[in-house]
Amino acid sequence: MRRFVKSGMVMAALVVTVTACGGEGSVTTEGPSDLSGTIVVDGSSTVTPLMTIAAEDFQIANPGVRVTVSTSGTGGGFEKFCNGETDISMASRPIKEEEAANCDAAGIVPVEFIVANDALSVIVNVENDWATCLTVEQLATMWSPESEGVVSNWNQIDPSFPDQALALFGAGSDSGTFDYFTEEINGDTGVIRTDYNPSEDDNVTIVGVEGDAGAAGFLGLSYVLENQDRLKALEIDGGNGCVAPSAESVIAGDYTPLGRPLFVYFKEEALAREEVAAFAQYYADNQATITEEALFIPLSDEQLTAQQAELDAILAG
Amino acid sequence: MVSTSSVGGVAPVGLRATGATRRRLLVQRLVRALFGMAAALTVGITVLIVVSLVLPAIQFFQEVSLGEFFGSTTWAPLFKPARFGVWPIVAGTVWVMVISLLVSIPFGLGVAVYLSEYANRRVRAIIKPILEILAGIPTVVLGFFALFFVTPELVARFWPVGNVSTFSGLSAGIVVGVMIIPTVASLAEDAMTSVPRGLREGGYALGATRREVATSIVFPAALSGIVAAIVLAGSRAIGETTIVLIAAGSKPSLTWNPAEQMQSMASFIGFAGIGDQSTGSTGYLTIFAVGLFLFAITLVLNVISIRAVRRFRQVYE
Repeated sequence: MRRFVKSGMVMAALVVTVTACGGEGSVTTEGPSDLSGTIVVDGSSTVTPLMTIAAEDFQIANPGVRVTVSTSGTGGGFEKFCNGETDISMASRPIKEEEAANCDAAGIVPVEFIVANDALSVIVNVENDWATCLTVEQLATMWSPESEGVVSNWNQIDPSFPDQALALFGAGSDSGTFDYFTEEINGDTGVIRTDYNPSEDDNVTIVGVEGDAGAAGFLGLSYVLENQDRLKALEIDGGNGCVAPSAESVIAGDYTPLGRPLFVYFKEEALAREEVAAFAQYYADNQATITEEALFIPLSDEQLTAQQAELDAILAG
Repeated sequence: MVSTSSVGGVAPVGLRATGATRRRLLVQRLVRALFGMAAALTVGITVLIVVSLVLPAIQFFQEVSLGEFFGSTTWAPLFKPARFGVWPIVAGTVWVMVISLLVSIPFGLGVAVYLSEYANRRVRAIIKPILEILAGIPTVVLGFFALFFVTPELVARFWPVGNVSTFSGLSAGIVVGVMIIPTVASLAEDAMTSVPRGLREGGYALGATRREVATSIVFPAALSGIVAAIVLAGSRAIGETTIVLIAAGSKPSLTWNPAEQMQSMASFIGFAGIGDQSTGSTGYLTIFAVGLFLFAITLVLNVISIRAVRRFRQVYE
């Protein structure tokens, strides 16, 4: 027994010594930047791929800074943002009034930036050769609450479609993509049939649509471009003819009504920190490369000038 | 030196305890207290868990009537307008449990009978480790196995009814069954090997074949242990979250077709818990109400199992 106690104490001493030696701050940086700190980013799954690439590139240039990117959905991201848990909130829709009020009550000032544009795309399985273009009314038939339990076959969307069971996948109720899609297609935010397969993770939607010939879903364009061999994006007729989702059609304003801007919201007091301001400036300077790398739709020229002006004003003031 | 014969740590009557004896007594009491605390801790933790479920559940039922919870058949608590009819996710749970028992009982008992009555030492030395490996596979790996192999290759190919989508309750049930085969097998085998050899030898002496001894003598004698194994497996199947979350989808359906997408109570808790319900909201409280209901069902199962075990127990002389 005594022998065990003795060796136990030796082990404990060793463990304590090793832990004390390998603590934080022992990372040596050879990069040009000596910025350090942690930046916490959370929010929309649509914007996540973009912010992940931006974060990776920024961390290569500034090895002392850690940028963590999580995906809780636009709504979930705002909640954590207004709780003070995050520095940057990603959103695929503008901040709602209730959310802004919550932030106000907690003393947090959100600063809105547009980071990219998006074409909210309707996707189907690659074996779906009957649907190429859907009108907004047909999408409403597919997704509205009145269709719950009623519309379950493609030939109910359009009589010329074959007899194929409809399987629906898409974002869940805390997603900005969900809010935007329901508002544009069904008329109001949150209005949707509930018998579809919801998920905050767009990759689940992709897996779902990929596995069923009669499947349909909706998600951001970057996921479509990333997985072009696994899915097919439909053209949408918003009243002016069938338009395919793409960078050009969104910037030109033709892809209606599902073209939309994507936002990030910085905490104003976070922008006072060196590393956060550097991140914001880094993004503004490299916006074109980052959006191209992440397969997002870049800002139009007017959007770009407006954002840079806003950023300059904040950082100066 | 006083002669001591301290059995059980009690100082012999009429002799004063020496220093050595006093130390031994102290250690004895200390150890007893420590083990007693461990036992008390398990009881305390169980009580705490129940209380932590009951309090928010009471809050939930102040907002949602018991009538709607148990009366309605649409489960959509995270949508607006929220609907709280619990039966679709109960149906999902029951389907997963039934299918997994249908898979695991025949195979598990078969393996157990083979190992206890027929296998020689070499075969046992191979099969037992393989069962251990099967028991050690992480459930998340099994979930992806169900999603990417069982559904497309087995269920979609051979299931005759309806359209099998990417997510299917049937494959989740099958893989949960595969996961609990080692549990059933090892517990049933323990029960069977603990049947006294005398009973078997009596059977052989009377001219019974090996099959007759296995099915008519050993099996009924081990029945209480086998029933306990099956009920334990059923409880595990009811509570299994990860496999169902990954492979069965997130669309609650009250259906007779198990190959459809479905959501069980445990996978709903996982799904809603990962998501972004703000603390205190009705959606958040729903998690606890469902958790309490699941706990109650498991409790009832355990009570039934204890009764069944007692009834079937054979006392060997």
